[in-house]
Amino acid sequence: MLQIFICVGSSCHLKGSYQIIKIFEELIRANKLQDKVELKASFCLGHCTGGVSVKVGDDFLEDLTVSNAKEKFEEYIIRKLD
Amino acid sequence: MRLFDTEVQELKYKIIYELVRLELQGKVDRAFYEIPRRIAPGPNATMRCCIYKERAIVQERLKNAMGDGSISDNVVQVIDIACDECPVEHFKVTETCRGCIAHRCLSVCPVGAISFENKKARIDNEKCIECGKCMNACPYKAITENIRPCIRGCKAGAISIDKNKKAVISDEKCIECGACVYNCPFGAITDRSFVLDAIRILRDSDGGKKYKVYAALAPSIVSQFSYAKIEQIVAGLKEMGFHAVVEVALGADMVAAKEAGELAEKGFLTSSCCPSFVKYIEINYPELKRHVSGNVSPMVELSRFIKLTDESAKVIFIGPCISKKSEYRKKELSGIVDCVITFEELQALLDGMDIDVEKLEGQSLDNASYYGRIFARSGGLSEAVTHFVKEENLGIEVNAEVCDGIEQCRIALLKASKGKLDKNFIEGMACEGGCINGAACLHHGLKNRAEVDRYGKQATERKIKDTLLLNRLVDINK
Repeated sequence: MLQIFICVGSSCHLKGSYQIIKIFEELIRANKLQDKVELKASFCLGHCTGGVSVKVGDDFLEDLTVSNAKEKFEEYIIRKLD
Repeated sequence: MRLFDTEVQELKYKIIYELVRLELQGKVDRAFYEIPRRIAPGPNATMRCCIYKERAIVQERLKNAMGDGSISDNVVQVIDIACDECPVEHFKVTETCRGCIAHRCLSVCPVGAISFENKKARIDNEKCIECGKCMNACPYKAITENIRPCIRGCKAGAISIDKNKKAVISDEKCIECGACVYNCPFGAITDRSFVLDAIRILRDSDGGKKYKVYAALAPSIVSQFSYAKIEQIVAGLKEMGFHAVVEVALGADMVAAKEAGELAEKGFLTSSCCPSFVKYIEINYPELKRHVSGNVSPMVELSRFIKLTDESAKVIFIGPCISKKSEYRKKELSGIVDCVITFEELQALLDGMDIDVEKLEGQSLDNASYYGRIFARSGGLSEAVTHFVKEENLGIEVNAEVCDGIEQCRIALLKASKGKLDKNFIEGMACEGGCINGAACLHHGLKNRAEVDRYGKQATERKIKDTLLLNRLVDINK
């Protein structure tokens, strides 16, 4: 199971982490990844730079925003699963 | 700008501030010698008859500031040597007595406690049973009643006066709301503090390497620390060593949703957010205990949630509430909240650690919805539950009795116990106005209520269900 930690602390929340949760949930459903990917909440991942802080396994997704969330998901998460 | 309402609060603050300094210097064992001398340096006394008594009282305050529970586990304690300035007589004949010839006071006194000296009435306090009949009988209103501020403030009826004329708290009746702490003009009743525990939890985290410490900040923060922005307080907390600061209002969102469901299921409910209100029911209306919501308080709900996201987390609640210090130490809640400190104590911690929040760049705080934030004032909880019931079409009409302060709680509970309350939900808050007037607020003000609503409207999330999506990202069954 690949764990994706999404920062829901104040700063990331204001940058759109709740929308990213919804986008990721939708992508997990659409790609039928429910058994492979698990979304987890965290109040501050200690990586408060650029975009919304999201950790996939041990790596951070850099500069993640609501507008590039779908792209990043496909690029990093789906590729990681392959 | 004055930080506190009273100098009693300031005195409590100074003692905790000094204690924090000594603890950080590793010299806390010197506290009982050094702090009394710093507070009362002499040569002249400023508060009591002499500096020796002042210092002795400071030592008693220190014991409480260090959390000493040797007298009883109650978080509210009387400092008996500090309780000796209130007038002894309950009823007193004043100068207004004209020395009339009707002597109604004498006629109504059931115990013959009234006599006349130089034509004026006099009360024999040995005989007086404090019934007040003389006061009501006097055509000149020349007899006045002295009620000690602690007794007047205690709506739970837990304070009496012993044979030495000192206040005594009945642990069986006390709901630990702290009204007497705020009301005693001599600071002779005080709340035990667990600031040393908070410092040690932060220090032992080794800068977050061993475990992370989370600050759970109560929504009533909005009307406090008027000299700085909330964002600056958040930055100050991070400076102190907290890993993250989370709004307790998020816990309130979660509680409101569960409470709405519970109300729909059971049909009649009382709130359970205020631990003093719950305790008041347990003591005075045990037959209604089964109607108390089974939900935990927002503080406990949020703490549990944080620990679902981070197993090794430690959570310190920061709020206006003395009663929470009792709640978090309950056996059945053990291990959920790791420490509770008040706004008064937070100020002493910030200053003791030389953190000047006014100079810090603010950091955002935004975790909860409008409804979670308005829990801080009376009526907010009912509005939140009503909103969620409507939003989710839970099929009932919420008809809430909003009880602002223990006196209103008492009336509603009395009606409910006789089956004469025409409502299906009782919101009970022990402090008048709600948590924004909590006993350990830095200051208490009328405009606080409007500030809560304004702050609520600044929340990104307008609806409770918007924040509930977080529940999908933890394993609630854990």
